[in-house]
Amino acid sequence: MRVDGGMSESGDARSFAAAFTSALLMPDRPAPAVVAGPSGKAAVKRYGVYRNNVTVSLINALAAVFPATQRITGSDFFREMARQHVRATPPTSPLLFEYGRDFPGFIEHYEHAKSLPWLADIARIERAWLDAYHAADADPLALATLAAIPPERLMDVNFVAHPATRIARSRYSALTIFSANRLDQPVSQIDASASEDTLITRPGLEVMARRLPPGGATFLIGLIAGESLGAAASAALDEAGAAFDLGGNIAGMIDAGVFVGVSEGSHDVD
Amino acid sequence: MNEHPRFHLSPSSRASSFPAHAVDGLAGTSLKHEHLAAILMDKPQRAFFEVHAENYMGAGGPPHDALTRVRRDYPVSLHGVCMSIGGPQPIDKAHLARFKALVDRYEPALVSEHLAWSTHETTYFNDLLPLPYTEATLARVADHIDEVQEAIGRPILLENPSTYVIFPESTMSETEFIRALVRRTGCGLLLDVNNVFVSATNHGYAAFDYLMNFPLQHVGEIHLAGHAEQTDDEGDLLLIDSHDGPVADAVWKLYEIVIERRGPIPTLIEWDSEIPDWPVLQAEATAAQAILDRHAAGVCAHAG
Repeated sequence: MRVDGGMSESGDARSFAAAFTSALLMPDRPAPAVVAGPSGKAAVKRYGVYRNNVTVSLINALAAVFPATQRITGSDFFREMARQHVRATPPTSPLLFEYGRDFPGFIEHYEHAKSLPWLADIARIERAWLDAYHAADADPLALATLAAIPPERLMDVNFVAHPATRIARSRYSALTIFSANRLDQPVSQIDASASEDTLITRPGLEVMARRLPPGGATFLIGLIAGESLGAAASAALDEAGAAFDLGGNIAGMIDAGVFVGVSEGSHDVD
Repeated sequence: MNEHPRFHLSPSSRASSFPAHAVDGLAGTSLKHEHLAAILMDKPQRAFFEVHAENYMGAGGPPHDALTRVRRDYPVSLHGVCMSIGGPQPIDKAHLARFKALVDRYEPALVSEHLAWSTHETTYFNDLLPLPYTEATLARVADHIDEVQEAIGRPILLENPSTYVIFPESTMSETEFIRALVRRTGCGLLLDVNNVFVSATNHGYAAFDYLMNFPLQHVGEIHLAGHAEQTDDEGDLLLIDSHDGPVADAVWKLYEIVIERRGPIPTLIEWDSEIPDWPVLQAEATAAQAILDRHAAGVCAHAG
């Protein structure tokens, strides 16, 4: 066992980090007194290198997670918005692909983005896209597995979601706007007012984002939460009425690989 | 110099999942997603690839698929960026467990981390931050290295930092600090020659003197990278470890001095932003390989 050299030394060892970080995300604060330049030189610009590295690298991290959001707003707008978010909500995990979960909510309340009310929903799809990208690999549920279940028991079946599966609902044309801006191609005029629900998942190595039909989001959200097929279908019917097509939704969710397994009561089927 | 490594090698009862590609005498490059298709198509004959461990700490998906494919054909170097070994607070146990899982899964030829820190309390600052060199920080950093080596069952290579400030409270030089860490923990070293040049310029000492005081016999890997130029408050040159361009001529010269003295050591070209097309990066690795090969031949001739 190693013992520290003494209370004061141990105290110093702890305090350098507190002092060093005290101004890293605060551009108006002076450089901390624990650092200096060599031979009596000043450390304002020198400390500024760290301050710049931290803020710029975290803005870049957000830009990497939210490329369509950045393309929509333009780089200067995005980077200023991201800078404010980085300072207010710096990451708490060293895994930067986890960063930005609070960014869509921040965008929703960002004063200068009020004229783009759908922007936060684009960011939500982008955040879900990266979650799907890094999620655990799993083989999607095969149609044959579902087909083997006797029809009279089908409505009682529960489903196990693929680790990559996410649903993003929007009152705007979020998926159309997202899709048009993820690619490096010209974007034509988009009517943003049609509400779109998006399924994001990754049955193999490619992340897919697909528009859900009427009632589809409520149906899948119910199934993902562990409701039976009958209960989830009933909730979707309540919402969408005759526009909800149960057969089409089941075929769609199998085709997209939304689930990895089914269970009937206590009986699991892969 | 007596070494007292305090890590215990875990018995290797587990069957290996990958071929044991040797990294000795090779030049390599950072593995960038942008280059994957070109690498898999070109199949360079002599190469190794280094990855930032944190980019492969997701559960699945394309990153693991890519690294698995690369690891089948090449030695891989696992380079941790945010263990915060140099910080005062305890090592993040969950992060260390993720790091160990990668070591177990990919059986890397080289495993490294930084003499720096990046997390304070709960905030992750995403930069390699500097520390004072005192008896107190030495004890703490040595404990952290012990803990990491114990967890993964093998020694790590610790990388010397590039720095822009000094701590007046420091009581020893960086090379004294690093020598003491090697002695206490049995760790190896990753010598970043660009970092040596950057820090020497920024702090007004000779890079050559630093290298002469550096325990070269413990170096298991070398990093080369590009840097950028700014100025400090007095208007003097301040170099930034930017990894966004080719290796500078002065850094190549220092590198050759090290290889002359030590013979061929696995050498990695780092290029992390403004990433060029694969042939540009590969050309830098080819230049390093030529220096390695020249001195490998020299070593053989002397031995024969």
